Amino acid sequence: MKHRIAFWNIFVKDLRAYYLKPPNISWGLVFPLAWTGMFFIKSGGLENIVTLVPGVVALSILFGTTSLLAVTVTFEKKGKSFDRLLLAPIPLKLLMLAKTSGAILFGIINAFVPILMALFLTDLSQVVWGAAVPAIVLIAVSSTFLGLFVAVSVSEVFEAQTFSNFFRFPMIFLCGLFFPIERLPVFLKPVSYCFPLTYGVDILHGAFHGNHVMPFLTDFLALTAFCVVLFLISLRNIERRWIL
Amino acid sequence: MKALAVEGLAKRFDEVQAVSHVGFEVSEGELFGFLGPNGAGKTTTINMLTGLARPDAGSIRIAGIDCTRNPKAAQHLMAVVPDESNLYPELTGFENLSFCAALYGMRKNQRQSRAHELLSTFGLTEAGDRKFAGYSKGMKRKLTIAAGIIHQPRILFLDEPTTGIDVASARQIRQLIADLHHTGTTVFLTTHYIEEAERLCSRIAFIVQGKIIRTDTVSNLIAPVQGKHVLQLTVEHAQAGLKQELVDQFPKLTFSDPGRGMIRVEADEPVRVGPLVRFLEDQGVEVNEARRMRLSLEDVFVQITGIEADALKDEKENKGSRR
Repeated sequence: MKHRIAFWNIFVKDLRAYYLKPPNISWGLVFPLAWTGMFFIKSGGLENIVTLVPGVVALSILFGTTSLLAVTVTFEKKGKSFDRLLLAPIPLKLLMLAKTSGAILFGIINAFVPILMALFLTDLSQVVWGAAVPAIVLIAVSSTFLGLFVAVSVSEVFEAQTFSNFFRFPMIFLCGLFFPIERLPVFLKPVSYCFPLTYGVDILHGAFHGNHVMPFLTDFLALTAFCVVLFLISLRNIERRWIL
Repeated sequence: MKALAVEGLAKRFDEVQAVSHVGFEVSEGELFGFLGPNGAGKTTTINMLTGLARPDAGSIRIAGIDCTRNPKAAQHLMAVVPDESNLYPELTGFENLSFCAALYGMRKNQRQSRAHELLSTFGLTEAGDRKFAGYSKGMKRKLTIAAGIIHQPRILFLDEPTTGIDVASARQIRQLIADLHHTGTTVFLTTHYIEEAERLCSRIAFIVQGKIIRTDTVSNLIAPVQGKHVLQLTVEHAQAGLKQELVDQFPKLTFSDPGRGMIRVEADEPVRVGPLVRFLEDQGVEVNEARRMRLSLEDVFVQITGIEADALKDEKENKGSRR
């Protein structure tokens, strides 16, 4: 019960202090709009919207979650308020789940901005929501944990943003959003399978227009494995770097 | 049962041995002072006691719980007030207190009533609805202490609680610490301010270069200097060899040179000012001031550690001005 109270209050505090601030709300709306516009101009027609949505959803989640972890974790660590959390009688795992749950929710909400927009422009009745929604959740979780991994590997907020791009941009170009993986140069193909977003985008492509490379089960298992591994590495880094 | 029992604590950061074989015990309800200059190992010791650092060696028991391997085991019993206020600038004073209470699993109604109670105790009721970012340094420090005791911890670690704040706030905080002590809370206080430790603490440990060099009650520490009589003279035009001439002329007195044109005279009996001043004037030395002084813990600290109290003051002033 005590842990539940602590968890809930950390989650609510982060939502109020960070995620529900006007700049972040506008970021959550403007960013997916910008991506949608960019893809729309590139494809040149409404008929392609269904094929564009998975990419926009994935990018919105990726940027929304990874950017904010730098604030909620790195910034708090720098300002020493994170020490207050480390000194509370809460298991580290639970504490980090509480700290990341706000970002996960923010990522999921970000994902539905382009979907809601697409609903007004095209017919989404063929979408397999049973695969799309869990995929959105898992992309949000894996992206958040990637952001956590970055946030606990650096000391400054600007370092977190720079280090995030080290992962984000290769991931965008190699996960099958801009170029299908099968058309990538041979030496880059294995790299694309090292990114969680590849599996998330594959599920979304399958769920939205049926065109996916790997079986859903493989994608879900791979995404789940990324979530677990990234979270455990982040916990280990916190223990090694922050509890000296 | 001891509130805190530490034995053989050691911590090394790369080439620096930050803490070495530190050991002490603190009784339930005691106000224990941990005194030392910057870099002596005070904060590293607190970090190890509270779970923010892992000791390389030694053992820590808090209220009988072995925290050496599992620092989380006793975190519900303690609170830490760091030397820099670390609450959330975007939350109000009330929200900060309420959030800190939630970290210890307190229910909403308990949290709210305790937060109101503490805001009132610390004289912050009117500021309770204002964001923490807009508080003055003194208010920030008071709210940080309030956040530390919101869950009524058995042991409170206070790291330099009055450094860098105005005199009035520092006085209020000292009074609050004394009140906490009277309610039975065990307080572990680190400070640069020797007079603060002397006034508040029942026992003190001196730590220098990571090692505890003396732990004792304030009365025991002061006892050797209590019967001493001290006169401090501020002089000009003192020539080399003056000290030896003084020793020859006044063999029952002990002379030292604390620097900056001063002569310090110590004796077991009251020092007569007249003969001293006359002698100095005969030697061509101009005496600007003669002041009788009471020996304090600061003098004991200087004697034991060999560190001039002025150096300690400079450190704390620099520290204060950096904020």
